[in-house]
Amino acid sequence: MKSLRKYLDNIKPQFEKGGKLEKLHSTFEAFESFLFVSDKVTFKGSHIRDSLDLKRTMSVVIIALVPALLFGMWNIGYFHFKSIGMEAGLWACFFHGFIKILPIIAVSYITGLGIEFIFAQSRGHEVNEGFLVSGMLIPLVMPVDIPLWMVAVATAFAVVIGKEAFGGTGMNIFNPALLARAFIFFAYPGRITGDFVWISGLTGRENIVDGFTGATPLALASTGAALPSISDLFFGFVPGSIGETSKLAIIIGAIILLISGIGSWRIMLASLTGGLFMGYTFNLIGANHYMQIDAITQIAMGSFLFGVVFMATDPVTACQTNRGKYIYGFLIGMFAIMIRIFNPAYPEGTMMAILLMNTFAPLIDHYVVEANISRRLKRAVKTVKS
Amino acid sequence: MSNSIKITKGFDIRLLGEADKELRDNSTQNFALKPPDFIGVLPKLLVTEGDEVKAGTQVFFDKYRENIRFTSPVSGKVTEIVRGAKRVILEVRIDSDGNQTSVDFGKADPLSLTREDVIEKMLESGVWPLIRQRPYSVIANPADKPKSVFISGFDSAPLSPDYSFLLKGEESVFQTGINALSRLTDGKIHLNINEKAEIPAAYTQCSGVQKNHFSGPHPAGNVGIQIAKINPINKGDIVWYLRPQEVIIIGRLFQRGVYDNSKLTALCGSELVKTAYVKTRAGASIQEVVKANVKAGELRYISGNVLTGTNIGPKGYLGFYDNQVTVIPEGRYHEFVGWALPGLDKFTFSKTFLSSLFPKKVFRPDTNFHGGERAFVMTGEYEKVLPLDIYPMHLLKAILIDDIDQMERLGIYEVDEEDFALCEVICSSKIEIQSIIRGGLDLMRREMS
Repeated sequence: MKSLRKYLDNIKPQFEKGGKLEKLHSTFEAFESFLFVSDKVTFKGSHIRDSLDLKRTMSVVIIALVPALLFGMWNIGYFHFKSIGMEAGLWACFFHGFIKILPIIAVSYITGLGIEFIFAQSRGHEVNEGFLVSGMLIPLVMPVDIPLWMVAVATAFAVVIGKEAFGGTGMNIFNPALLARAFIFFAYPGRITGDFVWISGLTGRENIVDGFTGATPLALASTGAALPSISDLFFGFVPGSIGETSKLAIIIGAIILLISGIGSWRIMLASLTGGLFMGYTFNLIGANHYMQIDAITQIAMGSFLFGVVFMATDPVTACQTNRGKYIYGFLIGMFAIMIRIFNPAYPEGTMMAILLMNTFAPLIDHYVVEANISRRLKRAVKTVKS
Repeated sequence: MSNSIKITKGFDIRLLGEADKELRDNSTQNFALKPPDFIGVLPKLLVTEGDEVKAGTQVFFDKYRENIRFTSPVSGKVTEIVRGAKRVILEVRIDSDGNQTSVDFGKADPLSLTREDVIEKMLESGVWPLIRQRPYSVIANPADKPKSVFISGFDSAPLSPDYSFLLKGEESVFQTGINALSRLTDGKIHLNINEKAEIPAAYTQCSGVQKNHFSGPHPAGNVGIQIAKINPINKGDIVWYLRPQEVIIIGRLFQRGVYDNSKLTALCGSELVKTAYVKTRAGASIQEVVKANVKAGELRYISGNVLTGTNIGPKGYLGFYDNQVTVIPEGRYHEFVGWALPGLDKFTFSKTFLSSLFPKKVFRPDTNFHGGERAFVMTGEYEKVLPLDIYPMHLLKAILIDDIDQMERLGIYEVDEEDFALCEVICSSKIEIQSIIRGGLDLMRREMS
């Protein structure tokens, strides 16, 4: 490692002020600090600092996403071979998915990080680690047959309009990954809805075995068809977006986030409660067959759990106050189920629910903070009187 | 009557190098009075280089509040006036003649004096700056009448000295100090005691105070936290505060008629060969006690604790309010993919390194920054270590945009930078929180006066 360090120290002056590669300073800094933690020391305030930084924080989230990603790869292969009536082993399924998903991940990272680097440089900032997670989330919320150029356009939209326009990571209002998905949803709805996009190779409708349908559980639910068993839903033997299918993998990720303290347990708990509350309420009403679906099954379908664990807990776009997080989470859970049932155009509600609550998160915080302020004022008035 | 208050939020940082309960002498001849120790004070000198001074001779006063005087800790000669950028006075160096002759301020029983006489005596002798006020954490204004006086009877910061050791044998002078303070306020004097530690005899024998018992992790020992739990500051309120050793210095003034600021100071930190307590004075050079007593490598010498202390270097002088010298390693090194390592020995509050599996582990952290400064990203971090009814991130953002109204509404009067020190330590965005808070307090003080 010493020789690598020496090499970096050698080329470093070129990237500093006055060097001929000054324009790539942020890029160099990003790579350097990725390889080596900076030798910067504290100079005012506390003399010691916690070893935790945003790189560590973001890598914990990525580790938490890995189970869902790996299972997604297998799931894609499994349904591909099933659709063409072939038997395939574990590794064949996994490998097929791997080949399909890797380019999506690559496109998402290259587009997003490229834009981040350019903006960081033009602002004279260090490159923020936020996109490391967004870049992984974007592929996981996409259908596998999405054209790569669409991934690139959606990522660029999410990063430029959704994030950099507001000032970069930490300032954005909407979750970038969901924004990328919403962009495709509104710009190219045919590519993210229907029965054919979720299974690799099905878009061309070639070689499909008779009777095979790529319909997701939610699509089945909205038409009133029979649903897959709860264990299929839980373990993920159903079609869907790449990362959303296996609830088990998502729960493993959730446990990693909760133990490390990186994901907010308040938001996860409140969202789950909100979802179950809404689910059972609809069970009681029972006006149509969609409302009659058991609340637990509702939770196990679609991207509800994935959204709650990985998207709703995004600290930047969620509520910042602890009390606000309960309200924010609960409403996400409620709206996700409600939109599912009342929206005739599209059978999933999680994305819309989270984006909607992203909009209202600052408002919720505002009232929570106002309550704190009025508590303080009341205290002052009381002391003056006594 | 005594209260018992439990603090639940916070973080006890366990560091290597606690001070051994063994007393050493600091025989240094070199002292310095450092104006930067006093927030908001603009010094006007009353001595020049070469002047002979006694302990208690006035050295400078505050241009903004001329009755606040700062006096020499020892008798001897002014050797040098050290100035920094824009000719700001950084240090007034005084070499002791070893005799410790003091200006005689006259013995007196504070209970038989009027409030004005007590204040006058304290101002004249230079003990007044020991009393500070909230809000703003500046030296108290003699013209004010505080609603109460707070004494934090313990320190919960990392490697902090043990007060039952510091205050041994000082019972009567402590009481005299309390008596003097009782003339200054119509309200209560709160003495806050650590429920979980040995209680010094000076506290148990002390009368005329309201004793409150605290338990819980740091910052339970911060006076700001204690005030907020017992008698929170509202707009317009003024609370005075000081530390037990400062009460003793005031007590000595009335009992013996002299300015004697000697105090026991903890010599601690992982990089000392032999940790100890030192009998010394505020303003004493630490050079002799650390020389030949430190381990190899580049080191940081801190007057105070690792959270709020000042970097003074190996030849620096003990700060006016400090009773602790901490020596830790500097962290000027590159660590290969340090953020990705399992981190068995990495110091952290989070649960993201393996070291968090061993909650009793004692760390030897260095001064490395462990990352680069970022925008606010994570939320809910600060709340875990800030036992105040305050929204820290919203307050910080209000300060960053100089929104005075919002700062006031969010409770800036109740806080001090030291209360936010833990937030700064654990911040994953590596934001300089203490200096933001200080900036906010300074702005408020300018706007309100």
